[in-house]
Order: sequence, then C-alpha cells, then structure tokens
Amino acid sequence: MSEKAKRYWRSLDELTGTPAFRRWLEREFPEGASEWVGSRRTLLKLMAASFSLAGLTACRRPEEKILPFSKGVEGYVPGQPVYYASIMTLGGLATGVLVECHEGRPTKIEGNPEHPASRGTATAFMQASVLSLYDPDRSRSVLREGRRSSWEEFEAFVQQHMRQLGKGEGLRFVSGAISSPSLLTLRNYVLDRYPRARWVPYEPISRESEPAGIELLFGRPLQPVYRFEQADVIVALDADFLGLDNLAPVWIREYAARRRVATPQDSMNRLYVVEPGFSLTGANADHRWRARPSEIGQIARELARELGVNGLKVLGSGSSHPWLAAVARDLQRHRGRSLVLAGPRQPAAVHALAHWINHALGNVGRTVHYTEPVVRTDLAGLAALAEEARAGQVNTLVILGANPVYNAPADADFAAAMKRVPVTIHLGEEVDETAALAAWHLPEAHYLESWSDGRALDGTASIQQPTIAPLFGGRTASEVVALLAGYEHRRAYDIVRNYWLGQWKGRDGERAWERAVHDGVIAGTEFAPVSVTPDLRRVQGLLNEPAPPPADLEVVFLPSSATYDGRFANNGWLQEAPDPITKLTWDNAACLSPATARQMGLENGDVVEIEAQGRRAQMPVWILPGHADGAVSVALGYGRKRCGRVGRNVGHDPYPLRAGAQPGFVRGAVLRRTGRRYRLVTTQEHHSMEGRPLVREATLEEFRAQPDLIRKQSPKTELFSLFKEHDYSQGYQWGMAIDLNACIGCNACVLACQAENNIPIVGKDQVRRGREMHWIRLDRYFEGDPEDPQIAWQPVACQHCELAPCETVCPVAATNHSPEGLNDMAYNRCIGTRYCANNCPYKVRRFNFLDYHRGLQEVQKMVFNPDVTVRMRGVMEKCTYCVQRIEEKKIQAKAEGRRLRDGEILTACQQTCPAQAIVFGDINDPESRVSRLRRDPRNYSLLEELNTRPRTVYLARLRNPNPELASQEGS
Amino acid sequence: MQVFSRQSDRYFRIFLAVLLMAVLGSVTLFSFVSRPQFTEVGYSPVQPVAYSHKLHAGNLGMDCRYCHIGVEQSAHAGVPPAEVCMNCHARVKKDSPLLARVRESYESGQPIPWVRIHRLPDYVQFNHQAHVVAGVSCVSCHGRVDQMVEVRQVEPLSMAWCLDCHRNPAPYVRPPELVTRLDWQPDRDPVEIGRELIAARGINPPLQCSACHR
Repeated sequence: MSEKAKRYWRSLDELTGTPAFRRWLEREFPEGASEWVGSRRTLLKLMAASFSLAGLTACRRPEEKILPFSKGVEGYVPGQPVYYASIMTLGGLATGVLVECHEGRPTKIEGNPEHPASRGTATAFMQASVLSLYDPDRSRSVLREGRRSSWEEFEAFVQQHMRQLGKGEGLRFVSGAISSPSLLTLRNYVLDRYPRARWVPYEPISRESEPAGIELLFGRPLQPVYRFEQADVIVALDADFLGLDNLAPVWIREYAARRRVATPQDSMNRLYVVEPGFSLTGANADHRWRARPSEIGQIARELARELGVNGLKVLGSGSSHPWLAAVARDLQRHRGRSLVLAGPRQPAAVHALAHWINHALGNVGRTVHYTEPVVRTDLAGLAALAEEARAGQVNTLVILGANPVYNAPADADFAAAMKRVPVTIHLGEEVDETAALAAWHLPEAHYLESWSDGRALDGTASIQQPTIAPLFGGRTASEVVALLAGYEHRRAYDIVRNYWLGQWKGRDGERAWERAVHDGVIAGTEFAPVSVTPDLRRVQGLLNEPAPPPADLEVVFLPSSATYDGRFANNGWLQEAPDPITKLTWDNAACLSPATARQMGLENGDVVEIEAQGRRAQMPVWILPGHADGAVSVALGYGRKRCGRVGRNVGHDPYPLRAGAQPGFVRGAVLRRTGRRYRLVTTQEHHSMEGRPLVREATLEEFRAQPDLIRKQSPKTELFSLFKEHDYSQGYQWGMAIDLNACIGCNACVLACQAENNIPIVGKDQVRRGREMHWIRLDRYFEGDPEDPQIAWQPVACQHCELAPCETVCPVAATNHSPEGLNDMAYNRCIGTRYCANNCPYKVRRFNFLDYHRGLQEVQKMVFNPDVTVRMRGVMEKCTYCVQRIEEKKIQAKAEGRRLRDGEILTACQQTCPAQAIVFGDINDPESRVSRLRRDPRNYSLLEELNTRPRTVYLARLRNPNPELASQEGS
Repeated sequence: MQVFSRQSDRYFRIFLAVLLMAVLGSVTLFSFVSRPQFTEVGYSPVQPVAYSHKLHAGNLGMDCRYCHIGVEQSAHAGVPPAEVCMNCHARVKKDSPLLARVRESYESGQPIPWVRIHRLPDYVQFNHQAHVVAGVSCVSCHGRVDQMVEVRQVEPLSMAWCLDCHRNPAPYVRPPELVTRLDWQPDRDPVEIGRELIAARGINPPLQCSACHR
C-alpha cells in the first residue's frame, strides 16, 4: 500500500478538479479580499469618517477609573484568575468543569481533572457554553402574555393559583432529563403534594431505546457503562460514541488511549462501524460499512447468528456476508476484550442484540457493566400529555427549560396542545418558540449562575456552583418548583445544601459540603454495578425476525455538532465552527451519497422537499462522500423561528419530519426538487495545500514491518538556508507534537482556542469569502473511492517555523522570532500588508478584514480573556502557542526561583483535547514529552522540503485493519 | 491678454514651498510634542479622596505593600478596598470630613472611583510581579511617590523607555527585599550592585515582542 501513492482530497470538486475549485485555489486572495466594493458615496462617507477620527486623536486621553472592592475578599488578588469547580449538564448528564474567573467574570471552561466524565478535558459544547452566559439575547424579564412583568407579580399569581389545584388533576410538568438528586427530591415532593399531577422528563434527542433494549434482554431497564480502555475490538452499530451520541469527553479519552503507539510492539484497538451517515466515529473506523438505518437491525441479527450466540451453530456456515463473518471471528478471538454497542437511533431490539452479543462474548463485567439509569426520559409521555391537553384535561402546564413547541415530535402538535391549556408557565434561558405561546415566561439562570447538582453517566454526583450572580435576574428550575410547591426552602443554595446535609447525617456535614463544593466531585456516589442474567426466551424471537422490505428512502435525524438539538442555536462560536465532516458552517443540509444524488440529478445547494409519511420539510442538498445510498441524514436544531439574533432562521428545520414513534429515522421518504437553490457555505476547500504529502498514514502491520516508513515519505531534497540560525543553547525552546492517531476530529480544540484567544465570529457571508478567523483549522481529508472513502484528520495551526517565511517578508517587522523559537506577532505594529499570509505555505495566518468586534454590547465584552489583546481591523493574527500562558507560568517559575517543569504549560487546545492528542513543551529538554515524541518513528513535519523547520510536528496516523478484510477490500 | 502677471508663477512656487514646509514642520512639531514625555508625564488628576502618599508612605513610613497587595503575586499591584483604609481610620481621625467618602464606601459597598494615572495601551501586558521579583524598585517607574501629596506620572511609560531598561538593566536592579524602599541610597555604585545581582540571579529581561504584546 505504501508503494501506491494515496490521493487525499477535501471535496468532490477538488477530486474532479472542477473549474470553480481551480479558480478558488489560484486566486491570490479569497474573493472580495482585494477588490474595492462600494460606490463613490461609500468612499466619501468613509473619508469623512476617517477625517473626523483623525481629528479626535489630538484629544487628551479619556479618564479611566479604578474601582476596588469596598470590602476585601479573602484570598483574592486582583489580576489573578480564580478557578471554581462546577458541572455542566447536557441531556441530564453532568460533566465536571473548572471555571476560570477573572475579576468575577467567568471567561473560560476547562475540564475538571477529578471528575470521572471529564478527567481534565472538555468538549466543544462545554467550551462554547461560556459565550451563552453573556448572550445579550437571553431572556431578561418575567413576561405575562408577552408583556413585561416581574417575579413579585408571578409569586402573587402562584400563591393564588396553586391553591385551586386540589389534588393536581390538571397539573402537568415538562422538564429536560434530570439527574440532579435535589431536583428529583423536589419533584417527588410536588408529586406527593399533588398526587394526580404528572411530570414528564423529555429530551428531543432521546436515548430511550437503550434501556428499553436492555429491559428486553435482562428484564430491567438498566444503563450500560462502557470501559473503552479495556476493549481490543469495538463494533459500533450506528453508535457515534466518539461524536454526538456521547456528551462527556471521557469516552474519547479512553478510546484514544488505546490508539497510542509509542513503539512498533505496542498494540492498538480495532474499530468497526456500521452506519448510514458519516459520523466522527465512522471517520475513525478501521473498517466502515455504509448501511441504511433500517438495515442495521438485520446486520446485528446476522452478526449474532454468525457468532452463534443463541447456540444455533458455530462459525462459518451459510453467512450472508463475508465482512460479518470476519468481524465475528475477530470478536471471537477477543472474548472478554471486545465491545458491541448500538446507537440511540436504533430500536430497542438492536440494543437487545448488541448486549446479548456482549454477554455471550463474556464482555459483561469487563468492557461493559450495567447500573440503574442516571436519567430517564419519556418521549411517549410527552405525546400523551399533548393528547390530554388537546382534550382539555390539562389546566396548568409547567415547562422547565424545555422547548417542546420547537422540538417535540411533529405528530404531537405541541403548539396546538399548548393553546388549549389555560395556564402555561415556561422557564427558559431565552424567549423561544414555547415562551411565545406561554401565559407566563420566566427567565432561567444559566448554569454558571446557579446552584444545583447532577450526576455523571456512572452516577458520580457533583455540586454545581455559581461563578457570577444572575446577569438577567434568572432563577433555577429548583427555585421555580419550590415556589410552585410551597417547599420549605426557596433558594437554590438552600435546596441543594439541605439535600446533601440530609444525606450526610451523622457525619461532619459542614466539612463534607465544603469538600464537595471545592472538589467538584462527591466521592463514593457512583452507582454500583447490577448483576444481570439474560432471559433468552424473550430475545430468541429477535433473531428470526424477517428483514424489513427495502423502502424508497430513509431519513436519519442526527444531533447537530453546532446546536445539538437547537439549544445552542444562538451561540455564534458553535454556529461558525465547521461541522467536522461536512465542513458546513451556519447551516445544516440533507446529506446524500454521491450515487443517490446522481440518481436523482441533485447537486450541492439544490433545495428539495422531503416528504415522509405525509410530513414535509424543505432542505438544501449536500453531497457527502461515504454516505449510505438510499438514505438522507439531516442535523436537527436549525431553522429556529423564535430565537436570538444569531440563530434566528439559520438553516432549515427538520423537526416537522419527525414523529414520536420513529425519533431516530423514518422510512419511505420521498425527495422532490423545488427548483430553488440555496447557498451553503463550507470551509472544506479553504486554505488548501494542494497535492502535497501532508497527511501520512500507514497500517499497524506496515508500521511494524517497517518503522521508518513514515519518514521515508519525505521528499529527498538538499536543504540549505540563506538565513542565520538562532541560538537556543540557553533557556527554553518550545515545540508541539500532534498525534494524528489519537486525534478524532471533534472540534474541541477549535472552540477552546476561540475562547482563550478572543477570536471573533465573522458570520456566514464572511466565511463564504474565506475570512474565517479560527486559529486552528481541522483539515478533513477524504481518501479512496468517492462512494466509500476513508477520512483523515489534521489540525493545523501556526507551525512556528524555525526559518519562518512570514518573518522575512514583513515590511514593518511586526512578526518576529523570539529567543524561545516562537513566531511572535505584534498586533500594534502590524499595518496589514498581508505579505506574511501570502508567504505562509501552511495558510495559517488570519486577517481582520473588518472590525469584527465592533458594536459589541458591554455584556458581550465580559467573555474576553484579559490576558490577550482584542484585535481590530487591518491586523494579522495567528496561533501564538498561547504565549500568554507561557509567560504566566514563566513568571511564576521565576518568582519561585526554579525552571519550568515539563507539562506545566498547557496550551488551550492541549488542555481541552479529549483525546490528549496534543503535547506541548520544551524541546531543549531531551526528556520532555514533546522531545520524546519528536524522536518517535511516526514523527514528521509538514512540507519538509521547504526547510521551514516547523516546531509543530505530527505523528502519522495508523490504521489497524483486520488482515482478513484488508485482503478482501484490496481485491 | 495676460490673466496672470509675470511673477505669479514664482509666487506660486514660493507658495508651494511654504506650504510644504508648513506641513512638514507641523508634522514634525506634532510628533515631537505628542510624545509621551510631553503628553503623559505630569498627569495628576484630582482624586475622589484627597489621599496623600507623602503622609502615609513618606512621613508615616508605611510599606507600599500594605495597600498594594498584588504587586508580588500578580500582574496588577491593585488599589486597596475601603476596608484597608478603615483598618486604621476606624480609630484614627474617625470623624474627619476628608474621609467621608471612604466611610461611605465602606458602609454602602459602593467602590470609590479612583482615577487611573499610570495607564498602558490595551495591547501591552505589563506584569508587576515579574519586575518586583527581579528587584526593580517601585521608584524606577513611579518616582518618589513617598514625596507626592498628589500622585503624578513622572516617567513616559513609552516602549522606548521600557526598552532602555530591558536592554541595560544594571542601573535599575536592586536586592528584591529593598524594592519598596523608595529612599534607598546604596553605599557604592548602584550599577555595580546591579551587575552583581544580574549575574548571581540570572536576570535576563526579555526583548521579544511577546514579552509584552500578546
């Protein structure tokens, strides 16, 4: 394989070399960058404006105030950040965070190293959550019938209204999934007080089929807890456990830990994925099988039959597919060290089969165990509630932090149901679709503003502590419930604290509370494993279920990498981060395989109407190589009608297609062209470094046979330099190594960098012109057959070249080499010639074409990191290796009179990386981790032939294909 | 008929030359007088409380760090909360009308709006801790604050001025325990003391852009 030159491509246009792609590539600057657009009138306006500004500079500097505290805060030193342990909850599951606060403003989220779901790392959603805190479009006051009201008025109303509720016949609650022990206690209190009331926990992206499948098999609705570190072979059946079906970073870490290969003797796990769309997990698979969602059940059945788990037979006879036979043999070889898992979009039967296989392979207790579920949701309960409401049986509906009018299954018709309820109370962070129909809307406090608690997937409980007082007068769900129920405690702090003090009776509760708040983890609260015995009679029938007849077209509903289920729609950082696979920003699309698109005569950007079981939605088409034929996948969470300014009407809303009975996918869909076109914006062709061996990979076997294989791919050229070399005999010399084998392409680094370095949001139109500002771009390369390619990732930021081409062309010496090897960028010196960006072979420099920070409200400025300059128009910027963090630690070490320790400086991307693929450190120290990685045989640098000598090096990706299948696929 | 006289061409040339000189002259003059030596040095705004550094730091001999607690641990030296004033003024001069603003702040929780004097542009990251730990005295940048009734800026705080010291630190380095002794007079050549300290403690002031601009 190494002899055959692999061809990597980023888009179908690049693969076929269309004229449009050539034009994009050959332009010196992206479109619009070098043209003067505007009329004579705008020119005169601008001149007038600049003259008046020039006049202003002569004025005396403005008076600035210093406002100290009135009373000191113990331990507080002005200018030093303070870190608080807390949790962020998504889909009911908590992940531990450390919140960095500057002068009382939370500015950055890091993972909590003590927390089992985080272990020090954070996901893109967690990184971006701090921006939502300062969103000026958040709900700012209590609304009664859409008019401004107050909490006092609401309290008075509640006093009077709740007395009339009797036993709660018409009282209904809808909330998100709840793992918070204190809120669950409050819920039970409410249901005791109003015995005929009902409470529906509801998540639009539900995982209900998982416990349901386990109940089929083991007789109890349990929740699996996976240990990916222990698994040598993983089979994922439409389960995106590295991507959006996983809300905690720890799974990625455990998986990636088994992809680290330091020496040719090391072993690696092997990942098989069967899926309809192209997920992050599929992109990292060693073997991937494209299948329609409805076929996956059949594949699971055949795999089970192949394994002979019901005692029907042993291997090898009458199998329908050699792929499955090979996977089955691989699983058999790794009994007790393998794992089969099914995704939440698959029905309960597939989950039952997956866990049955795990049980038969002896994996239970080793790579998977079962506990009581941490969260429970009830999609059917929501439909039943809507039914009741339509029948006029509901008189008071309380919706806590959910948005069912937007995201409830279409057949529930929640909007119509809500209109029939006389009293509706909605608590939410924004005035959304549900708030618009509610009699009362109450502003909800952000998680960084409120006291609460929650559990991680393994049951570990943590306290959530506020890091800032509510900016817009919000309250928490627990406070609202306490008010409605007349609970003895009214403040969230008292509710949470009293719950836990009650749990710690007989111990020193005060100490335990302080410890719990400080650590962010309450030790010993994880759920105990439950022993299980499968009831084979109940699942026997599943094996012999007939395959479903092939349907026309199937639509798969996926969470969005930007908005999740729509809740982050108003978050500009997430909206602008390109989707890891499609590289679309500010949009979703109906993704099709190239073959299906060809068959229907569709092209990128054609708007189609999707009809499924009488429900319709319009979406633009995006052709995605590697997508399953005969299926369409759409990301949920777009097309919000009532939302803040950022997310309103961004993308297209697929929720109208989704029915309660099939939340994961729907069969029998039809696509119709509308004749309209829609402009989708993608970054996949931006900053192209065409046709050079940038991504390098090999298989584990090839690497074992020939460890210098990667290095040999470097072009053999004689290297010489015209410039004088720098002397690094003293002090530090920084360097970075990125392990492409661990990187799974999840975008967390991109968002962490954006939060740390005050990187602006530019908007869809600017991205179209190639002006996105992200300092790290995550290059996604396809390789192989356009119908069924493989994906390779490569995060590229400034390479900090030793002989940097940018430095030599700057006419004003705004970019310089530091004595520690960094390419410094002095913003105040930059005059914006952009020569450096033109001369950069890696295309990592970003130019502020416009003043992207202009017009920010005061509250939006609170998110800025005070240690990093906020750049203005006309200034070049790029990755600095987080020089502010380097300097901070250096000053600290100097004050303590010592050298820096290895691993003391963490760049923002390195700290957050769930796969721990990025290592930064001193390359003068031969024993530092980064030095050791630079000696790794997989180590190479980009464009070595240019002799730029980058300080960032890459470790080539290894794949671990099954030798049986590799020979099949090769033939 | 001639519209312009014979001399008009010459007049026009003279006019152009004068105009050019006027423009060049005003640019030169403007850039000269707008240097921080002239625009920044001497800035001494009226503060909301008539606090005298001369009285407290000079006559009473209080250490700078009693109030500016961050100077050894943080980028910012910090301005003290009203509570720090009240540590003494709860007993000393407790009814003075000059202290009304301080008492009011202490009771109401509202901060006293001190006017900033030493200000660097937003793209400069100055760190007090790094300088104080290296043995650069307060006096090097802030002057004899212990002799000022109203604090004023005495140094330009411009980049060229910063670099003077970063390129040649010896005259400005003293034993770190003496940084807040504004009146310290060494018994021998301060440059020699500085050189010895620099050699002994490995002091190496950075000159790269990212030391201050990041």
